[in-house]
This record gives sequence, structure tokens and C-alpha cells, in this order.
Amino acid sequence: MSKIIEGLCYSESHEYVKVEGEFGYIGITDYAQHELGNVVYVDMPEVDDEVTAGEEFGAVESVKAASDLVSPVSGTVVEVNEALEDEPGLINKDAFENWIIKVQLSDKSELEGLMDAAAYKAMIGE
Amino acid sequence: MNNTYYGKLIFELSKEGRRGYSLPKNELDNYKLDTLPAQLMRSEAPALPEVDELTVVRHYTNMSNNNFGVDTGFYPLGSCTMKYNPKINEDMAAHRDFTCLHPLQDVDTVQGALEVYYNLQESLAELSGLKEFTLNPYAGAHGELTGLMVMRSYHASRGDNKRTKVIVPDSAHGTNPASAAVCGLNVVVVKSRPDGTVDVDDLRPLLDDTIAGMMMTNPNTLGIFEHNIAEIAKLVHDCGGLMYYDGANLNPMLGVCRPGDLGFDIMHINLHKTFSTPHGGGGPGSGPVGVREGLEQFLPSPRVVRHEEEEGHHYTVENGDQSLGFISGFLGNFAVVMRAYTYILTLGHEHVKNVGPLATLNANYVKESLKDCYELPLTGVCKHEFVFDGLKDKSTGVTTLDVAKRLLDYGFHAPTIYFPLLFHEALMIEPTENESKETLDAFIEVMRKIAQEAKEQPDMVKTAPHCTPVRRLDDTQAALKPIITYRELATQE
Amino acid sequence: MNFKFFPHTEDDIRSMLNTCGEQKLEDLYKDIPEELVFKREYALPDAMSEVEVRRFFDDLGSYNVPLTCFVGAGCYDHYSPAVVNDMVRRSEFLTSYTPYQAEISQGTLQYIFEYQSMMAELTGMEVSNASMYDGCTATAEAMMMAVANAKKRNKVLISDTVNPIVIRVVETYAKFHGVEVVRIAAENGVTSRADFEAKIAQDDVAGVIVATPNFYGILEDYTGWADLCHEHKALLIMNCVASALGVIKTPAEWGADVAVGDGQSLGIPMNFGGPYVGFLCTSKKLIRKMPGRIVGATTDADGKRTFVLTLQAREQHIRREKATSNICSNESLMALYVTIYMSLMGKQGLREVNEMGYSGAHYLAEQLCATGKFEMAYPDKPFLNEFAIKTTLDVDDVQSQCLCAGIQAGLKIADDTLLMCVTEARSKAEIDALVDQVKQLIEEEN
Repeated sequence: MSKIIEGLCYSESHEYVKVEGEFGYIGITDYAQHELGNVVYVDMPEVDDEVTAGEEFGAVESVKAASDLVSPVSGTVVEVNEALEDEPGLINKDAFENWIIKVQLSDKSELEGLMDAAAYKAMIGE
Repeated sequence: MNNTYYGKLIFELSKEGRRGYSLPKNELDNYKLDTLPAQLMRSEAPALPEVDELTVVRHYTNMSNNNFGVDTGFYPLGSCTMKYNPKINEDMAAHRDFTCLHPLQDVDTVQGALEVYYNLQESLAELSGLKEFTLNPYAGAHGELTGLMVMRSYHASRGDNKRTKVIVPDSAHGTNPASAAVCGLNVVVVKSRPDGTVDVDDLRPLLDDTIAGMMMTNPNTLGIFEHNIAEIAKLVHDCGGLMYYDGANLNPMLGVCRPGDLGFDIMHINLHKTFSTPHGGGGPGSGPVGVREGLEQFLPSPRVVRHEEEEGHHYTVENGDQSLGFISGFLGNFAVVMRAYTYILTLGHEHVKNVGPLATLNANYVKESLKDCYELPLTGVCKHEFVFDGLKDKSTGVTTLDVAKRLLDYGFHAPTIYFPLLFHEALMIEPTENESKETLDAFIEVMRKIAQEAKEQPDMVKTAPHCTPVRRLDDTQAALKPIITYRELATQE
Repeated sequence: MNFKFFPHTEDDIRSMLNTCGEQKLEDLYKDIPEELVFKREYALPDAMSEVEVRRFFDDLGSYNVPLTCFVGAGCYDHYSPAVVNDMVRRSEFLTSYTPYQAEISQGTLQYIFEYQSMMAELTGMEVSNASMYDGCTATAEAMMMAVANAKKRNKVLISDTVNPIVIRVVETYAKFHGVEVVRIAAENGVTSRADFEAKIAQDDVAGVIVATPNFYGILEDYTGWADLCHEHKALLIMNCVASALGVIKTPAEWGADVAVGDGQSLGIPMNFGGPYVGFLCTSKKLIRKMPGRIVGATTDADGKRTFVLTLQAREQHIRREKATSNICSNESLMALYVTIYMSLMGKQGLREVNEMGYSGAHYLAEQLCATGKFEMAYPDKPFLNEFAIKTTLDVDDVQSQCLCAGIQAGLKIADDTLLMCVTEARSKAEIDALVDQVKQLIEEEN
């Protein structure tokens, strides 16, 4: 059974946002990492790039699959998790601890359109 | 195949000062390369191996012994049509009167080669029910791209620039959407029905004046004939789009149906599938593209044109003004064209027509003989191939990958696995018309045995293969830290 | 049904149909609407025995005229040792598919790894893919790679000194892919530095494509080009003649980001245009943007060093419309030609091949100029084994005079200009024969 953390916002494409003030940490859920298998590469944007809710900002690759990363929120990338460049497998170890990008949120109302832990849990059928 | 792993690299056999070649004496050595300006020359010679001739011969011979080909054994790789590659094809492709020709030499000195090219164009037109073919595309995916370029050129010629989308079924080969993207078209996916065919009700609302056309393979990747094809073609044509036939699955249609008669406007053929040219470990292939009347002017340049004259005929190589442009350096993979035409001449009209029915018979025979052990999601007659959704008994934890690997231990190549994406444990089997009942029976017996092993010794199956030159490979390690040259490998070891 | 490629006896067919619960072969097609079934006989020739097939091609072959070849322009008449042709016909290589089942495909995987290693050595680049269709499409793929890499730019510059056969393929791909291709002018046989500087300065260019040696056989000096490209965030793509890279300055030494070209000059027969092999090499940084298959080293469950297809998540069968390219087949067997050729030749052999081409070409150029009717099109430019030469004679007359003697005297590239090429396969006697024909023509005209 996949780990789900209370208090985060979840998207239908299995990304989460952990909100801290005006910033959001975006990553993929434990369920998503499990479905993908061993992550071998994370294609990340650069700092200062703009991301838009519902649009791709990168991809996560395993040996036999690749999944686009769809941003659940809009904003400006202020940090990327550089540890993933050398060790993308960190996502498999702990997907929630190892976020992918940190974004300065431009429209916090977008969060309302996302699922809470209970709704996400229901969506993945667990 | 030799199950002892060879594993050496040519670089590891190198010793300074060894030679593997001989060249004529340079009679003009007063003209010295060294007189070229030093800043235009490389500072250090490339670190290529230095080996003698016998070492090279043994090295590649030993290496080949760790390889499995159609000549080694049964190769039921779905959607790849691994049929027998006749030896006469190779002899003809190596015919010195053809191999020595430079593609730009005077056209009057290559009339024999142009006739082969032209004749194959004509034969493919007859076999597919289309008007004209180009043999320039180098592979199936290249043919798809070329065909889509024809589609776009056609719409552009009518000033219709709104058509930016192409419809592709969810069961399609991955190349279809990728080719569309390279061609600057957006992909719209149409769903399949439970019986594996295109859902016409899902298709209807997608059709409007932004649709350039639809790509289909028939039979589809599940080996099912799209029986609604006439209706689908009409719907697409009525909205102004063109129908594209992905010829990857043409084999079972030989002697039975012609894509042109099914309503398709453009198609490609994989000569390395249906017309017996060898796959060569992944190429060279050839992907001729055919079109119905009214589209031939858009085919890529150069074109081979035949002129009837009083004292015979003459061929020229021409560039068309309405052509989509050039997609290859010259006239495609000519040596592959030689092989495919040899195949057609060898079979003649008498035997070509039996290819489809016998391939279909073989596929249905294997399917019916194994459906009690393997999950058959779609019943009824299939065409050249069919798909199992893994073992019937899923409780053992033995996956399709495990079954595939275990097959290798028994001396068979594995079927295509995990494609199409419609099923989780897809195992796609395509025995061609060249396989005997005895070979198929041996395969069936082994597949049944593996199903039994999965119950009795699941761990043994999960760690297969056990008898191949090497065991399962760590592909995660390969992708995490890619080492793709000897120079890099040597620094790691 | 009795035919050598069909093992089915009447009994086999009956018993197999029985297993399928069907009566006759046609029943297997009962799901096809009757009106769609093809009913007449194909209008194709009667089946031929091997004797007849051989006779057929011998007969057609007599309509081809083998010529002593002095044409290059993208296809070179180099000698290929007997070993190459013998090894590539081994059916374990020839009749296998793409090496998906690595455990029984180490042969293919290993030679592709060797091919990648050798192409990386030859170009000086860090990585190579498993091969592409030909040099033209490899260049077009590099163009798309530059555009994908630049994200928001869709303009690519291409020098007018690149082989026009390559340019026209690049332009076709560009037209459909939505890329704007802008030419950089040529000046005295080389790319105009001033035009390049003006165009790159607009800061909207994703990539720049130049050639070495260029179409006229000239070795251009690209000092500072890579820096200027990188300053303006564009990739430098270099189209090269593979064999020449044995001696000329490499794309890596020029600072290029992508090296592409055709590998035909490394042991592949001319074959009237194909199959050849395209190569595409780049830096590690760009490896995931690279199109085509890649083989990597790894270990198996017993810890043995082995080889496997890798980085497949970039490819069409996984990424579908988001793949780096639609390419699926490479030209695996042609990569094997090149690999065995380079194994045999080594660095010394490649050097000698280039020395002989250099000597022959410079001798031919000198002899032609000595007739008084020819002059070098670009006299002050260094060339290796291919050169453009102008003549006051009628170019068509020169070519037909030589043709009668079984010689293809270069390629006509302008009304008064021929592009000539000499490889190690041309002897001094053959070169002299060409010059003699020219002299005869001059005498006849006097």
C-alpha cells in the first residue's frame, strides 16, 4: 500500500504540492514512483523557468517507462533538487522527502482545485 | 548458437604495430598529406584497434555465435514478421553489376538498376491496390514520416492549412505518434472497443476540418481485422481527411486483401517484414510508400520514370515540382530493393497469394493450442499474430517477462512482450508462413511446459534464463550511469 | 501449395485447421467483409527457379556499365577488404532482429558498442548512437535535436558549402517539422564568416550546420566558430566525411556539439545509393536529447560484463509522440561493416587511405591544369581528395568522352565546373587514362 501524507495537495497525474508560505514543493507521489519502478533520470527545468498549472515541466524516466511531470500549480521555479541529478533513485527511497522543484506560487487559489489526501487515496483505490 | 559467452571487445585484442590490411603502394607519394596546414589536421590519431586479419575474423565469428537469428531457430516476435530470408536474395543483392554503381553516375549506365527499382515499384502497386510507389524511404518509420508528408502536401496544395491533427488508435505502434510529431502534426487518440477494433462511436466526434487523416494498421496490432474499415474510411474521407495504412502487418493480407481496396490513400510497406529482406540486427530496412491516384505528384524526389520508346524503353531519374521534397540522399536502400524483388520473382503470382493464408493458419493454430494455459483476451480468428495477456494462472507471480526469458533456455526467441499497451502482460506471437507444424508443435510443447513450471518451480522461471551465454542483465545500472564507449569503459574497469 | 518456402503438406493444413475448428483456409478470413476480399490473380510474373532468377539479374546487370569512378559527392569508391563482406553475411548477424532479448543478442550488442566506441574516437566526441539511416537524415535529426535543445528557438543556419544533397533533405524535414532553415552564404568555396556572424548575432538561432571537408572538398578553418555559437546559445553541428576524419581536425577539436555524417566511406559498397549508415555523435551533456538507439555496458546476474540497449525511455515505443525522434530501426548491419572495416584498417590504415587519396587527387588536379584548359575553382584552398575544377572545354563533352572509355569523370556541379574525387582504389594508370581522354578531346577540338 502506498504512502500518502496528510496536509499535501494532490493532482490526478500523481504529483503533490507541499505548501510552505508562498512556496510549493512539487514531487511525484509514492504511488507514482511505485508504478514507474526504478527511476533512472529526472528531467528538471531550470531555476527562474515559469511553470503553469496543467502543463508539463519535465519528466521522470525509469528503464522501461517515462512519465511527464505536470505542474499542479503555476509559478516560478526557485530551486531544483540537484541531488536527483546524481541519484534519481532517491525518489524511490522516499518520494515525499525528495521533492523535484520548489516553486514560488503565483496563484494560491489553484490549490483549491487539487485533491486532499483522502480524495487522492480514494482515486488510487486504496 | 554457442552458450559459452565470448564477451571480448576488439579493443582488448589490440597490440601496437599489428596490421589487418594491405593497400597498393602509393605511386604518387611525392604529393604529401603533411603539406596540409597543421591547424586543419587532427592532433592525435584515433585510438582504433590494431589487429591482424585472423584475429578480426575469429573475433566476429565468436561474437556471432552469441547471437540468435531466424536461421538459428523459431523467432515468433509479434509485429516484426521474422520470416525466412532466402539465400538467393543475398546472392542477388551482392551482384557486382549492381553493387559497383555510384548513385550519381550517368543515368545511361545504370539502366539495369533503374529497371529493378521501377519493377519493384510496379509490383508493390499491384500487390497493394495503389497507384504509385517510391522506394526511397529507408525504414518503416521513415515511410510513415514520408507518407504523412504526402498527406500534408496534399492538404497544402488545396490551400487547406487548418488540418493539423492525425488520428491514431490507442493500439497503434509507437512509431505512428512519433512520426506524426516529427511531421509537425498533433496526435489524437481514438479508443479501441473490447473486441480490439477501433471504436467508431469514439471516432465520430473527433472528425472535423482540423483532421489531416487517420493512421491505421489492418489487421491491427492485436492481429484482429478491422471489419469496420469501409465505414471508418468513409467517415474520414467525408470529413476531408486521408487514410494512412501502416504496412507493418501487411503479411496476412497477401492473397486476401489490398489496402487500396479497403479505402486507404497512402501506405508504407516494410520490405524487411513482408518481403523477406533480413532485419540485420535492426536494419537496414526499407519502407516504400504508395499512394492512390491523385497523390503521386507529392511523392518524394528523386523518382524513377519509365519512358516507352520505339526501340524499347528508357529510364530517367527526375525531381517533381509538386514533390514534398527529398527524404533520402539517393534512391533509398537499393540493395534491399534487390532482395525484395528477388523474393517476388521467386514466389511469382502463384505463391505470393498463399503467404497470407499460411501465416494466418500458423498463428491460429498456436493460439488455439495454448489458450487453455495462457490468457486469451480476444477470442475468434486472428490474422498473422495474436496477443496473450500472460499466463492464465496469475497466482504464481510469474510474469510475461519471466515466460519470455524461460523460452530462451529452450532455444526459442521470445515473442514481443508488453506491447500492445492495452494489456498488462501482453505476449504477442507471430509465427510466419515459413514455420512447419513440427516447429510450432515444439514451441507449443515448451510454452505448456513453462506454464507448468510456473506452478511447480516459480522461482526457477523468475530467474530464467539459465542456459544462455549470459544471465539477466542489469538494465537499471546501464541507464543510471550510461557507459557507451570503450574509452569510458576502460577508465571504469 | 507445394513450394520451397512453405513446409505445409495437405495433411498438416487439414489437421491444423481441425485444431482451429475450421474447415478450409478461407474460413480464417470469414471476419472480412466479402466485398473487400481480393479475388483475381495478381498481375505479377510467374515464379522463377534460382536458375531463372540468376539469369534475370545477369541479363539486367548487362544494362549497367561499371565505371572507373572519379565521383564522390557523398558516396566514395573506397576498397573494402574481403573479410568485411564475409563477416557481415554471417546469418547470426544478418537474420536477427533489434537486440531486445539481450541474453541471446550479445553479438549484435557488442558490435554496436564497438561501433559507438570507434565513431566516438573518429569524431573525438564523447558519445555516439547505434547509427541512423544515412548522412542526410542524420543531419536532419541533428537539426531537430538543436531545436528541441533550444526549447524556444526554431531557426537553424546551414552553410551553402554543405553538400546540396544533404541540404535538401534537411530543408524537407525542416519544412514539415516547423523549423526555419537559413543559408549562410559561401564565398570563394568556403562559408562566409561575416554572414555567419551577422546571422548568429540575432540570438534566435538554435543550431548551425557546417561541413568538413565541405562539398567542394575544401578543409575550412572553423577557428572560433564554436565559441561564437555557444555565446549565442546555439549548437554547432558538423557534417563530416567519415573516412577523412582519420586525419583531419575532428568536430570535437573544432568544439562542435554534434558530429554527423555518412559512414559509407568506411567500407560500405556504393550499392547505387544504399544502404549506407548515418552517424550521430555528441557530448555526454546532450545524450538524452540524442535520437536513435544506444547500447551501454552493464553486468548480468552473475556479474559478467555485458551489453544492453539503454536510455530507451527517449524512444518512440515508450515516449510515442514525445520521443526524441521517430527512428526505430538503425542501420545495424551497416554499422557492422564500418566496425569491421575500422578494426582491420586501424589508425594507420585510415591514414594511408587518406594519403593515397590526397596524392591521387593532387596529381589529377595538377595534370588537368597542365593541359591549359582547366583551372582550380578555388585555387588557394586546401583540399584532401576531392576538388572543384573549372574548364574552358564543354563539360558535357569531357564527361561523354571519358564515359566512352569507361570513366566517370567527376560530377558536373556548374556549367563549367566538375567535382572530382580520387580514392586509394584509383591507380595512377587510371588517373592517367582520364587525363589522356581529356587530351584527346583537346586534340580533336584543335
